[in-house]
Amino acid sequence: MSATADTAAGGGIGALGRGLGRVSGAVLPVLTVVACIVVLWYVAAIGMNRAWTLDAAQRQGVELTAGEIIADAMRQDRPVLPAPHQVAAELWNTTMGEPILRERRGEYRPNPRSLFFHAWQTLAPTLMGFVIGGLAGILLAVGIVHNRAMDLSVMPWAIASQTIPILAIAPMIIVVLNSIGLEGLIPKSLISAYLSFFPVVVGMVKGLRSPGAMDLDLLRTYSASGAETFWKLRLPASVPFLFASLKVGIAAALVGTIVAELPTGARFGLGARLLTGSYYGQTIQIWSALFMAAICAAALVATLSFVERVTLRRMGLDR
Amino acid sequence: MAAQTPTSKPAPVSPVIEARGLDLTFQTADGPVQALRDVNLTIDKGDFVSFIGPSGCGKTTLLRVIAALEHPTGGSITVNGMTPDAARRSRAYGYVFQAAGLYPWRTIEKNVKLPLEIMGFDRAEQENRAKDVLQLVDLEGFGKKFPWQLSGGMQQRASIARALAFDADLLLMDEPFGALDEIVRDHLNEQLLALWKRTEKTIGFVTHSIPEAVYLSTRIVVMSPRPGRITDVIESDLPAERPLDIRDTPEFLAIAHRVREGLRAGHAYED
Repeated sequence: MSATADTAAGGGIGALGRGLGRVSGAVLPVLTVVACIVVLWYVAAIGMNRAWTLDAAQRQGVELTAGEIIADAMRQDRPVLPAPHQVAAELWNTTMGEPILRERRGEYRPNPRSLFFHAWQTLAPTLMGFVIGGLAGILLAVGIVHNRAMDLSVMPWAIASQTIPILAIAPMIIVVLNSIGLEGLIPKSLISAYLSFFPVVVGMVKGLRSPGAMDLDLLRTYSASGAETFWKLRLPASVPFLFASLKVGIAAALVGTIVAELPTGARFGLGARLLTGSYYGQTIQIWSALFMAAICAAALVATLSFVERVTLRRMGLDR
Repeated sequence: MAAQTPTSKPAPVSPVIEARGLDLTFQTADGPVQALRDVNLTIDKGDFVSFIGPSGCGKTTLLRVIAALEHPTGGSITVNGMTPDAARRSRAYGYVFQAAGLYPWRTIEKNVKLPLEIMGFDRAEQENRAKDVLQLVDLEGFGKKFPWQLSGGMQQRASIARALAFDADLLLMDEPFGALDEIVRDHLNEQLLALWKRTEKTIGFVTHSIPEAVYLSTRIVVMSPRPGRITDVIESDLPAERPLDIRDTPEFLAIAHRVREGLRAGHAYED
């Protein structure tokens, strides 16, 4: 009993060691690149911000040492390029340092100082837009693969739709939807869906068409119907393609939501945060919103990658 | 084995496959290509018929016409006394392709059940049949594996099991062992003969290997290209019991020689 427990523990530790080895093997190169970027960033921040420091010192008639210039360039309120630690501090203060809800006149309301609140204001329409765009993309792809008229007519329009600058069309969508009484979540998510359906259509069409002549002939020898061919061959064959394009699609959905917030005077959301930051020269706020957007995108893509891995493993497609 | 479906049982005297003056011309961008010309062929129940010839001789096309995957442009063909389309709908044949063609997202067992699902067998019956045919091809215990976990030879055996699962009397095989190495191929040839003897199926077998054709067949159909046509049909008088070393006997070599002569007569070695 104890012997088996020992070997089990030994195996566990061995696996843990190998796991750590694999993780450090994957993490080390990433950390190296991050360290290089941080160093370059500091150098760039000092280089860009020192002009303002020197200007201020000249007006006050003081001489600054090199050390003082560097120190000041890294702690300005509105630097041209904020230093990494300033962005990190702003991120911390607006997330962990602020409650998501705060009390106002006896009731709890979302706290607009919390970056989590803004992130959620952007994430909710992103997720909804992704679901709409993903479903629309899949349905269009199924139509394109099964219907020759759709094959010839839909794809050129889908491509054309992506050449229209979203920044131009977003305010019109908001106005039109407002006039029929839709506001808030839905207009934003429709704009986000507009950007995310396209990669899903392209990937899904490719996936549904991926079975070879032999795979299709096999089903013909069974006199399988079109529906059976779809469910038993085309759809499972398309799953790896679908996940690849969903990952592109969800990142596009996030960009779509942020862009939708810019020209429409949204008060909340990461796009609104970027916009107010640029109005008032709050570069630190802009950068922290940018980082929050990047973190959200990474989290969304990582979640999809996880679902992808689990699904493909269960399908035996992940070796 | 369960009772055979009455539709796939031919009338006692009528041949399984009968082709008369069969023509097939493909319309291509470079103009019409005659893939088959004036093919006359009769295959009786229980025959093991090999189609041999160089590439472009129409042997695969002929097999696909029998399977109703291609349609002739002239002449007539019946399978079990019906048109090939009707025969296919009545599950007359199982088809084995050159590659195993197992769906990678299905386990071996689920791959074998694929035709059964489509043909509407109930779950218990699917289970029984999958078990039986996997045993028939020596793959019991591999049902839960995914195709990539099996060797090429085992995958091809699984694809034969899939073709046997719905118990069609006719097995059509298109160079099924062409992509495998010679040792595996010898082994599978032996197993295929044993399986044929046990199940008493009619087999149409496309190959471009003379020894394989002579070893397996009761009849060898020699074909030649441009246009694809039959140049010779050789009845094999080899005994039913065929160990692998029968291939060194004078009788075997005599038949192999005649096949080679047939191929040469069809100008198959021209280029």
